Amino acid sequence: MDEIYQALVKIVGVEFVSRDPEERFIYARDPGTMEPREPDWVVMPNSTEEVRQIVLLANERRIPVVPMGGGLVLSGLTRPLKGGMVLDMKRMNRILEVNETSRSVLVEAGTSQGMLQAYLKKHHPGLKHSIPDAPPIATIAGNVLIHGSGHLSAAGGFHSDMLNGMEVVLPTGEIAKIGSCATSPYWFSRAPLPDLAGLFIGWHGTTGIATKLAIKLYPDRPLADVGIFVSEDPELVPGIIHQLAGVAVAEDILAFMANAPAWLQGFQLINVRYGAETREELRLKRDLLRESVRTYIDAKVGGFMPLPPEMKQRFLEEPQTTIAVFADAREGGGFEYVGAIMPIELFPEAYRKGLEVAERLGVPCSTGARVVGLGHCMMFFYAYAFNRADPADVGLAQQALEETNAAVLEMGGIPWKAEAPAQKQIIGKMDPATFALMNRLRGVLDPRGIMNPGNWETD
Amino acid sequence: MEHAEILHRCFRCGYCKLPGSFQDLNCPPYLKFRFETYAPGGRMWLLRAWLDGEIQTSQRLSEILFSCTACGNCVEHCVFPAFKSELLDAFTAGREALVDQGVVPDAVGRYLRAIASHGNPYQLPEADRAGWAEGLGVERYSGQEYLLHVGCPGSYDERGQRMARAVAGLLLKWGVDFGILGEEEGCDGNEVRVLGETALFEKLARENIEKLEAAGVEKILTLSPHGFHAIKNEYPKFGGRFETRHYPQLLAGLMAKAELRRRNGRLRVAFHDPCYLGRHGGDYLTPRAVLGALPGIELIEMDRAMADALCCGGGGGNFFTDVLGGGADSASRVRVREAAGTGAEVLAVACPKCAGMFDDAVKAEGLEDGLRVMDIAELVLEHCA
Repeated sequence: MDEIYQALVKIVGVEFVSRDPEERFIYARDPGTMEPREPDWVVMPNSTEEVRQIVLLANERRIPVVPMGGGLVLSGLTRPLKGGMVLDMKRMNRILEVNETSRSVLVEAGTSQGMLQAYLKKHHPGLKHSIPDAPPIATIAGNVLIHGSGHLSAAGGFHSDMLNGMEVVLPTGEIAKIGSCATSPYWFSRAPLPDLAGLFIGWHGTTGIATKLAIKLYPDRPLADVGIFVSEDPELVPGIIHQLAGVAVAEDILAFMANAPAWLQGFQLINVRYGAETREELRLKRDLLRESVRTYIDAKVGGFMPLPPEMKQRFLEEPQTTIAVFADAREGGGFEYVGAIMPIELFPEAYRKGLEVAERLGVPCSTGARVVGLGHCMMFFYAYAFNRADPADVGLAQQALEETNAAVLEMGGIPWKAEAPAQKQIIGKMDPATFALMNRLRGVLDPRGIMNPGNWETD
Repeated sequence: MEHAEILHRCFRCGYCKLPGSFQDLNCPPYLKFRFETYAPGGRMWLLRAWLDGEIQTSQRLSEILFSCTACGNCVEHCVFPAFKSELLDAFTAGREALVDQGVVPDAVGRYLRAIASHGNPYQLPEADRAGWAEGLGVERYSGQEYLLHVGCPGSYDERGQRMARAVAGLLLKWGVDFGILGEEEGCDGNEVRVLGETALFEKLARENIEKLEAAGVEKILTLSPHGFHAIKNEYPKFGGRFETRHYPQLLAGLMAKAELRRRNGRLRVAFHDPCYLGRHGGDYLTPRAVLGALPGIELIEMDRAMADALCCGGGGGNFFTDVLGGGADSASRVRVREAAGTGAEVLAVACPKCAGMFDDAVKAEGLEDGLRVMDIAELVLEHCA
């Protein structure tokens, strides 16, 4: 063990390797409900070459390697289930290149959402990226690689859809270029080459370590507005979302069901954000959205809520800080959620299931759905708060999550960034040939089985 | 341990690591060491684990806790209103528990022993405390309107002494009625308090209060915002109530009457908010008002300003103990690079610790030819007719 520690020190420097109990304690867990699993080492590389050397060492000694970005996935994906080393990637946080004309940015894998947002605001004020509602220290790479979504997902789809290319250190130590950058100095798209990005997205770090990535940027328009469409009938929500998204002017459509204040209980609120270059354009977009749901308004089964400017400003905040604050609902610093990727027509059933689980188990629950694409699908979330100082309360939240995962799969949805136990639930529903293909690919890429073992496995 | 009930309520969302703009890391120990353990959330969870017996007392734990500069960035940006105001108090309570167990970094131990034995961290004679004022003609306090408290760096540190001379010189020039305690001045104890040596702090505070009251002091001007914080916000807990101002807060009211001369050419000045005047004291505008009144000065802002300011790294006793250490990612070096990046020729400060930290950082970054570190009073003096 000491020999490996010394080898790691040689690669990254003594100040960026730890085997101390303090780091092993913190890196064993994330803010969610999953049981801690201690790493043997925590390592912080500062370059692709350092990552490559670490992987070669791990490969030679058959040591598990778990890459970590912001550590905010909540579902325990960066816990080293079989020990080994956690690679905290956040020292690699350089913003390397912005292409204003083709609207893209190339960043290192440890670059945070907040850092890129601030950088673009200052240096390229006409551009922005799709920021998730994760805290701003969450990394771009982590979110792309788990198929995240965010404030431009109604316009651009999943964050993985916004990926132009990657540099990846393979589990055997080779450095691979994915996308146009493999054959061109430009990082403009994954087409027209065979799309190898799929070998690394959604795999929870089991197939390689992304070290650089280029993502699409979008116009940051000088004017922005938000409308909130309110309905009391969950059965109507798929149709409403279908109409609003179909206009193709929204940057973000986020449905949410609030438990507080009390008068909001039972309402579905659909938050539609859009931007414009001029006031006329903003008015036009507002009118187009309003007309798209005219039949609901005329039938008096829904309508846009008047919003005072201060409240509007809060809804325009990116990311939304209120999401993290939900962790204090039990005065206990914890929440975790099932993010179910599913078609929008499942909204009523998904909503009822969330209510049913939360009421039955007595767990504080917040639900909502972020629309991806023009209503092509949604990420329906069930967030359960818990008190981390009370094991029984943590257990209740775990039970709620497990039951919700099962219900989501039963409905036809798929839990997103699923916990290791939920991955097994997914595999149980998966076409066996698909899982066999996953295993074959993984065997080819990672013959020594060092990459985040314990994930996407049946036992 | 006090405030133990909030430790588990931290979600470790990480807003505390950043300024409001999110542009870069703004927590000095996390910026330097990068392990999650050194971030405020990491400290919260480690303290909880330590109290629960999940981790043991260790030198590493002690270094993690004592590397905090108490700058207040975490308090400012934490998104949990129910307990954010207690974060620094919880860290201080954690350090207090380690002090009680005798497990502190060596440098912290040396610092606290020096204060206890010599009354100052430099282990110099108390009789030398007034050395900084030699030749200035500053009177001992004898009922003047203000008492000028210069603190330990102002008394003994070469950079702090220059700053103390500038402030006193300016006050004399403008006819402010003030005096000093000189050899009788005591350490205000702010860093002792932050480092968790509560009993020693209480002793220092009570002795100072007794001395100040015996001398009939009602109004105090401080050289350091650290001393300002201790006397204004902590001494009342021990019955010491004085009208306390940090020196720019007095200067601001005198600028209108001051005879100032225009310097040749423009001088680009960036102001660095000291944590104990800014985030802790809520005063961001007064120093800017003073600088803004100086003819020929172009006041420019760094991206991280006011509530978003990056600490110099000298708080929490680090000015003396250097638990945080140097290197390219040390807060002081990052900060002077940020200042230089604005095109500023002068990095203006209002704290002797900031002045010392930045002087060293400018040298380490090789910026001596383009960036000078100047205290506000030094800048005002340069403009006096």
